[in-house]
Amino acid sequence: MKFKHILGLLCAASMSVVFLAGHASAQDKTVKIGGIFPLSGNAASTGVHTKAALEVAMDIINNAHPELGNFPLAKNAGLAGLGGAKVEVVFADNQGSPATGQNQALRLITEEKVVALTGAYQSGITLTASAISEKYGIPFLNGESVAANLTERGFKWFFRTTPVASDFAKIYFDFLKDMKAAGAKTDSVALVHDNTEYGTSVATVITSVFKANGENAPIDIAYAPNATDVQAQVLQLKEKKPDVLIMISYTSDAILFAKTMQSLDYKPAMLIADDAGYSDPSFIKAVGKISQGAFNRSSWSVGPAGSPTALIADMYKKKSGDEMDDTAARQMQGLFVLCDAIDRAGSTDPAKIQAALKATDLKPDQLMMGYKGVKFDDKGQNILAAGVMIQLQDGENYTTVWPKANAQKAPVLPYKGW
Amino acid sequence: MSIILVQVIVGGLLLGAVYALFSSGLTLVWGMMNIVNFAHGDFVMLGMYVAFVVYTLLGAGPLLGAPIAMLVLATVGVIVYFGLIRDIMKGPMLAQILGTFGLALLLRYSVFWWFGANFLSLPENIVGGTYEILGLRLQASRLLAGAVALLVTLGLHLLLTRTSLGSKMLAVAEDSTAAQLMGIRPDTMQAIAWAIAAGATGLAGALIATFFYIVPTVGETLGIVAFVTVSLGGFGSVPGALMAGLLIGVIESLSAYWIGAVYKDMVVYSLFLGFLWFRPQGLMGKT
Repeated sequence: MKFKHILGLLCAASMSVVFLAGHASAQDKTVKIGGIFPLSGNAASTGVHTKAALEVAMDIINNAHPELGNFPLAKNAGLAGLGGAKVEVVFADNQGSPATGQNQALRLITEEKVVALTGAYQSGITLTASAISEKYGIPFLNGESVAANLTERGFKWFFRTTPVASDFAKIYFDFLKDMKAAGAKTDSVALVHDNTEYGTSVATVITSVFKANGENAPIDIAYAPNATDVQAQVLQLKEKKPDVLIMISYTSDAILFAKTMQSLDYKPAMLIADDAGYSDPSFIKAVGKISQGAFNRSSWSVGPAGSPTALIADMYKKKSGDEMDDTAARQMQGLFVLCDAIDRAGSTDPAKIQAALKATDLKPDQLMMGYKGVKFDDKGQNILAAGVMIQLQDGENYTTVWPKANAQKAPVLPYKGW
Repeated sequence: MSIILVQVIVGGLLLGAVYALFSSGLTLVWGMMNIVNFAHGDFVMLGMYVAFVVYTLLGAGPLLGAPIAMLVLATVGVIVYFGLIRDIMKGPMLAQILGTFGLALLLRYSVFWWFGANFLSLPENIVGGTYEILGLRLQASRLLAGAVALLVTLGLHLLLTRTSLGSKMLAVAEDSTAAQLMGIRPDTMQAIAWAIAAGATGLAGALIATFFYIVPTVGETLGIVAFVTVSLGGFGSVPGALMAGLLIGVIESLSAYWIGAVYKDMVVYSLFLGFLWFRPQGLMGKT
């Protein structure tokens, strides 16, 4: 009996040695990055699209893609700076909850030993998850959360490539000024937003930008996310009759608003959506036909046939079955920027990656997004982020309509709806 | 009174009818059988997906989708009863909670796996658009759901109070050993109750799908209201659940309109708690 015990222990020990050895050598060739996204819960639709986008990015990085020309990390297989090491994104589900997102960050860092983190879509979850990476000294690259305060916390390990709420508030303001010059009425603006980190912070920033420019403070209509009913909010809008309606909503509420606006026959003269739900392909499939003419912000454009962006869009469509949307594209861009830094660092040491991220200086032709480049300030915010206005003219596909230099078509007013 | 305010109240009533409709199944199993079914919201979700599948495969609206959803869910109800509920009823309360909660997750993630996470939607005019009467906008799909809510409530109420089947079900709920001595089979009665409850829930789901989005987690969004509706209405009182649903719908709409949508749940739940303070048995429950 005793002998059996000892034999068993020996077996287990030898197995774990073999396992550990195998593990160590695999780790030499693989760079593990943690990806925290809403793979379940009410934003799962976005999370699933993100996963597909990052898988395409991994394919581009890990396999040779000479057809993408000079696009960074595409030409050869793996990261050249690390002897062709492969990149693996370890996905973790934040379940739409800040607490879960935080736990997942902890697990990825301590159990999965990831060298960097990316995610976590909802600003409120990025907030909690990045606090963990800051504590452990692991770089966190965020490609898509827009709440302003994320880069106002004095963090040393947090970097963000996306334009933020203040950039977009400025874009909306300039866009409305141009529309007014073209004869549209833009005197009163209403903001409809949920009371999450995302909704509240974007609404606050838009309000302050409008006030700072001498405009009236927008009408503010807040609601709790995942609403069962929004009739009262739509009726408030119907009564207050704003010229411009700005929607700051995740997908579930955005769909409910679109349906309710139709059933109560409410159409603002102009509807601007702040990305999020309105960029979700399943929003367009579900209610695109009754949301014709909605404006939206975007930093993504497919570009001419044969261009790297068009090829990436094709790969994404093959993988996910849907058209590339702005959110998925911004997340993908985030991963490319992170991997470019790891490649330049030539190491998986977090401090070296952090240094490489700080030294990032990517030019527009090295990006898939329409940013003017990627360069981080001391707070970790990309100072060259930029965006355009797009419009859902036919209810099926967004086209770029502003600024004029980027426009594929002229903006169409008023909002058509259905 | 301005026309908008009338619209807010009418909208609240129609919303309340929907709350009552998807709570009716819960009234039966929670109020009568004394089982807390945490998978209730996910039964609604299954009903919505059945309606969606019927629409995609056959191009048919709720006229066909609702009865099919009712039959499918009634079958699910019977399977769930014999496969899970019958056994966990013998265990402690905690087993019931965990058992039905596990079932909720199983249903949610099975649908997630099969249909994906995308938001789905039925065409807006599947029931026939929106009517405008005296400046009021009435959506046909919500009117239909409201009318069916009244019929289901009436039907369940008559079943429980006027038929021998109803009396037998109540007898089993009251004291299953005594009922057995009277020659009633508790198993059969409970299974029938689950079939009816789940069937009504499926019907509700199919009708709600005509004006709400469809997604695997939708049961979570709608589920909580059902529990509040049943406890406000009074355990086991079908007409009470209808009254409670209408009341919650109107209070929600008015408080969202007057005070702001962020505060509506606060208003509803503080009134709810305040009410239970004075009348713990609910609106129409027996003491």
